[in-house]
Amino acid sequence: MKKRWTLAHLEDRAMRTIMQLASLVLVGVLAAILVTIFIRGLPFLDLDLITKTPQGGFFLGGEGGILNAIVGSLLLAGGGTLLALFISLPIAFGINVYTGASRLASLLRMALDVLWGIPSLVYGAFGFTIMIAFGMRASLGAGILVLTLLQIPIMVRSMDEVMRMVPSELSQAAYSLGATRLEAAWSVLVRQALPGLVTAVLLAFGRGIGDAASVLFTAGFSDRIPTSLASPSASLPLAVFFQLGSPFPEVRGNGYATALVLTVLILFISMLSRFLARRLSRNVIR
Amino acid sequence: METQIKIRDLNVYYNKVHALKDINLDLPRGQITVIVGPSGCGKSTLLKTLNRFHDLADDTQVTGHVELDGVDLYAPDVEVTEVRTKVGLIAQRPFPLPMSIFENVAYGMRIHKLARGKELRDKVKHYLEVAGLWDEVKGRLNTPARDLSIGQQQRLCLARGLAVEPEVILGDEPTSSLDPISAKFIEERLEELKKDYTVVLVSHVLRQARHLADYLVFMYLGEVVEAGPAEQVLNAPKNDRTRAYLQGEFY
Ligand SMILES: Nc1ncnc2c1ncn2[C@@H]1O[C@H](COP(=O)(O)OP(=O)(O)OP(=O)(O)O)[C@@H](O)[C@H]1O
Ligand SMILES: [Mg+2]
Repeated sequence: MKKRWTLAHLEDRAMRTIMQLASLVLVGVLAAILVTIFIRGLPFLDLDLITKTPQGGFFLGGEGGILNAIVGSLLLAGGGTLLALFISLPIAFGINVYTGASRLASLLRMALDVLWGIPSLVYGAFGFTIMIAFGMRASLGAGILVLTLLQIPIMVRSMDEVMRMVPSELSQAAYSLGATRLEAAWSVLVRQALPGLVTAVLLAFGRGIGDAASVLFTAGFSDRIPTSLASPSASLPLAVFFQLGSPFPEVRGNGYATALVLTVLILFISMLSRFLARRLSRNVIR
Repeated sequence: METQIKIRDLNVYYNKVHALKDINLDLPRGQITVIVGPSGCGKSTLLKTLNRFHDLADDTQVTGHVELDGVDLYAPDVEVTEVRTKVGLIAQRPFPLPMSIFENVAYGMRIHKLARGKELRDKVKHYLEVAGLWDEVKGRLNTPARDLSIGQQQRLCLARGLAVEPEVILGDEPTSSLDPISAKFIEERLEELKKDYTVVLVSHVLRQARHLADYLVFMYLGEVVEAGPAEQVLNAPKNDRTRAYLQGEFY
């Protein structure tokens, strides 16, 4: 048969081209960012940078590294993610198991969407206001709390979306065996949604570790690794920010190297999430 | 005929839709009851009253009584999970739980603490045998249940339902999503099962109804038009509508 060029064919072609171009833009931007960070940061990345805390005058070109910021960021984002998980899972559960399609559920979803859209600087400022009211100083604990608030909306909404995808027949199968709502939720909803739940947690971790504005006022910055929840804590995004603003070229170079560390961490997390999601989807019903 | 399920003045409303109207029925123990009738007449709705599945929907209202061996399933002191263990359901399309084959069958026994350890393993084997699936899966009990074929999945769902030791098995067109051979297989299982269980099926396939039914219920527009021993209803229907339906004049 001869190939005929109909309008439908052309539309199909055009759509494909647009899609490919758009994808190219996306990949191009990512590549440009990575290349910039690599080229500028790699020469400054050495063992000292990631194993030492800043020594005297580090931000003026002195000796030392950014271990304080690496540990600080991991503690901040890790703590925030853990707390957010304890709050988000029950909310996502509640919306999907108990309230269903009710008005309360849609109200909650809307509230979470609004919270998601609020800039992290506002969370920081909000946390700061409360800290002042209680006479608290910038600390690891305060930073974790504000990050928790920042992470809850993204975590709940991502969990909610994957839970909503679980077919209701699956829960009904558990109900028809005499399972209670909680039993059905644990055995069916959580198992079926597990890969997505893990992704939700790591997504929230990613937002937490990459955010600068919320920890600026609340966790502060310190050249030392925090020893308690009450001590101030450094973080990678702020370390990048401080170093890149420096007039000294080596300090700016260290800034790019710090950004490189942060990028690699985030890359690692997203790869981990994909790996786990694949491993955990062994039993998932499609 | 000994009555096991007694339905009295049963009405079901979906919001404003009056889906079941004053149903009164006596369903026999140890037999297969088949509910037939045109699409939308309320067959699934009736079936769902027997294991209180309407409890799951907020906007569905059930009034009246369904008694199982003299106990009103809708009495306030009756636990709904208890009802659903006594009255099992095989759905139209099989939905294995997101677990291994073994865990699918073990699941109900675990949540109701019916067995553990070796006893649990023996029972899983037993129910897989009853469902006619054991030989096909004995070498891969720990693989995901989703990898089974649809026909095997439906047999798995049967095994899983039997494992919680129900007295009644409901099936809402349990063979309609299966290929003819798998469907025949399920039919044969159901025929064997009526020794020990009371079976209530919804069927669209008249051939299946003729073949399986000991007791036949014909519904039309939310009402039971005719019910009685299958032989009698099939061969000498009292109602004109029943006769027309059985002769294939409408579906
Ligand atoms: N969730 C619901 N909300 C509103 N109306 C419903 C709902 N479920 C069923 N109905 C209505 O109740 C009536 C009976 O439905 P039911 O599903 O019991 O019919 P059925 O006999 O099982 O039909 P089919 O043979 O097509 O499965 C129909 O008129 C249907 O539209
Ligand atoms: Mg139906």
